[in-house]
Amino acid sequence: MSTMRSLSFDAIIIGGGGAGLRAALELAKSGKKTAVLSKVFPTRSHTVSAQGGITCAIASADPDDDWRWHMYDTVKGGDYIADQDASEYMCSEGPKAVFELEHMGLPFSRFDNGRIYQRPFGGQSKDFGKGGQAARTCAAADRTGHALLHTLYQNNLKNNTTFLNEWYAVDLVKNADGDVVGCIAMDIETGEVVHVKSKATVMATGGAGRIFASTTNALINTGDGIGMALRAGFPMQDMEMWQFHPTGIYGAGTLVTEGCRGEGGYLVNKDGERFMERYAPNAKDLAGRDVVARSMVMEILEGRGCGEKGDHVFLKLDHLGEDVLGKRLPGIVELSKTFAHVDPAKEPIPVVPTCHYMMGGIPTNVHGQAIMQDADGNDQIVGGLFACGEAACVSVHGANRLGGNSLLDLVVFGRAAGMFIEGALNEGIEYLEASESDVQSAMKRITRWNESEDGETVPELKRDLQDIMQTSFGVFREEKNMQEGVKRLEELRERIANAYLPDKSHTFNTARVEALELDNLMEVAEATAIAALERKESRGAHSRYDYPDRDDVNWLKHSLYFPAEKRLGKRDVNFAPKTVDMFEPKVRTY
Amino acid sequence: MSKLQVSLYRYNPETDSAPYMQEFQVDTQGRDLMVLDVLHLAKEQDNGLAFRRSCREGVCGSDGMNMNGKNGLACITPLSEVVKGNKLTLRPLPGLPVIRDLVVDMGLFYQQYERIQPYLQNDEPAPAIERLQSPEERDKLDGLYECILCACCSTACPSFWWNPEKFVGPAGLLQSYRFLADSRDTATRERLTDLEDPFSVFRCRGIMNCVAVCPKGLNPTRAIGKIREMLLADAT
Repeated sequence: MSTMRSLSFDAIIIGGGGAGLRAALELAKSGKKTAVLSKVFPTRSHTVSAQGGITCAIASADPDDDWRWHMYDTVKGGDYIADQDASEYMCSEGPKAVFELEHMGLPFSRFDNGRIYQRPFGGQSKDFGKGGQAARTCAAADRTGHALLHTLYQNNLKNNTTFLNEWYAVDLVKNADGDVVGCIAMDIETGEVVHVKSKATVMATGGAGRIFASTTNALINTGDGIGMALRAGFPMQDMEMWQFHPTGIYGAGTLVTEGCRGEGGYLVNKDGERFMERYAPNAKDLAGRDVVARSMVMEILEGRGCGEKGDHVFLKLDHLGEDVLGKRLPGIVELSKTFAHVDPAKEPIPVVPTCHYMMGGIPTNVHGQAIMQDADGNDQIVGGLFACGEAACVSVHGANRLGGNSLLDLVVFGRAAGMFIEGALNEGIEYLEASESDVQSAMKRITRWNESEDGETVPELKRDLQDIMQTSFGVFREEKNMQEGVKRLEELRERIANAYLPDKSHTFNTARVEALELDNLMEVAEATAIAALERKESRGAHSRYDYPDRDDVNWLKHSLYFPAEKRLGKRDVNFAPKTVDMFEPKVRTY
Repeated sequence: MSKLQVSLYRYNPETDSAPYMQEFQVDTQGRDLMVLDVLHLAKEQDNGLAFRRSCREGVCGSDGMNMNGKNGLACITPLSEVVKGNKLTLRPLPGLPVIRDLVVDMGLFYQQYERIQPYLQNDEPAPAIERLQSPEERDKLDGLYECILCACCSTACPSFWWNPEKFVGPAGLLQSYRFLADSRDTATRERLTDLEDPFSVFRCRGIMNCVAVCPKGLNPTRAIGKIREMLLADAT
């Protein structure tokens, strides 16, 4: 043990996507000893794939726009289990955070008056749903995530942030009091395993869409932070809530932005009918993503799907003209040609609902502090642990995230976590040092893989996991099928516990990284499965044939999954915003 | 159709005294897969095969490599575009040190990127809202800001092979011009002063390999030409 090197920081940020880089920037500017630890070079993080934009009431497209309208849309979009204090914070702080990005150099598209271009997105309204469609999503063509991530990375370079690039965080280190005091991490290039000590550990590890066979997510989205936190015994919130994006390219799974529909595109079935007019007479193709995804699946199930197998629908863009496509949606034209072999200026794009976003995650308050429950069910702060971005559940997305709200979430709460940690460090943070056995227990699973001698290998186990999730926990869910899924996952956990890593070399061993990722996928999948089985209602993205209605009496609540007992508990939703009246739950229609 | 013959550059410094090419037979089932899919299939045959990948849709820049002699991104290159005579040869990006198999050490490439101060500099106090920029001013950034730092261009550039420490290379210079062209950036003079030596920009010989390989269809040679013009105008 004594041979293991250790590094010490005031704050360690795990994950170099938008949330992590925004938190890091705040801390680097404050002069705190901060490091970003990322398993890929930061600009390879999944934020880079975000296309359509960042939704925020900067009052550019509409000078009368109001963040309270955005908050209303967010709460309604989340089917009323988004925390209203957090939604209030995000929507009201948002403009500041977006203007900061612009000042940092983000190349937003522009209106003729020189202000930031905003486009309509799904679920957006003026005047609390009464004033028609709003245009609130700030965009850099259809490459907003790329522009945002590169801008944040560039500004971290400017502020001399320390980067541990191509390092992989293995597990959290907890002290005897249960505080998080750092992590075990592996330098992928050399294979060296290091004890990283830190007073604040920020999980900015993003999503885990790779638990599904069909996903818009990058190959690296394996829920590493969620896995680490669950193994450390911390609860997860709303893990049954997974967003299926209406427009993943059929077959390939790559994302086609909602901005296509914002710019005037629409979905058609095999009869050429614009079917969303039937399901959402007002918002049509710009209804909430859960609503559109379900409508598409209904069309397919009722025999109106397109193609030989009738298993997808078409996204029609050709009427927009080459000018709009070239100016506003150039990346989509590229992706369609590459992955669907169609030129959207001439033909429609075949699309199908595809797993896209994890609304659940590590429960936090607006400062990014991770939360658990004490024996009486009261919130309790976890010492030393923070989360922001997709890995966190603060919760501003509730049961269904609005398009463009993920980028806003990650800059607003990355920034908030950074500011809070700076303040806490100034006041002084003292935790008990981790003992040798604390460190050893965080080494357990990497040691297990390193000592494995035979058994099944990672690719086949991963395929089985993705098949289980796709089969039993997709757009529509049902008790018996989910029970079967939970049972298959239990068996899979046993198989993974005995799996084999053939390649034990040290230098850039990607097989070892993939093995460690598989453990995390397993944790995320099981939390998702059990939460989905236990939430006996339909709300937002969680749709059950056997419980088709929303049940506000029993389930106007967050779910809280406790890994030790594999039990699902509940946690109150916040209905107490500070500066506005709360939004009462209503029937959600578009 | 017989299986695709894939020839892969292999090198693991722990076990190999020298790099070698290893032959794989990959069953594509007749599909026009992307090169990245082929790599995943090869990795199932040999767990130890190392390559980088992330977004698998051509925006993260992880999987730049040399495919049948030409640099590009494995994830958006279909076999039909590169395979000749049922044979695919995959090598790491040329000119950078190999860490293992198809994974190269990008250190020098990133150093040249950092060297050009790739961030907006503006010494005037920021307004309460965004800085205004006309659509025409913003248009000047198109074809520049989209770079994904995959290094396909710089590692296809003979000038960069010769002087990777002194010549910024096409990727770095494209980004340099991205900030020179930005109406919001006020550091033009400092940026140009930093580039006026004989190597940083002027080692570009206009070979245009960078343009030929850029998977995003960008044109670093044109950007370098613009910087030259600015430097020459500055000098007179």
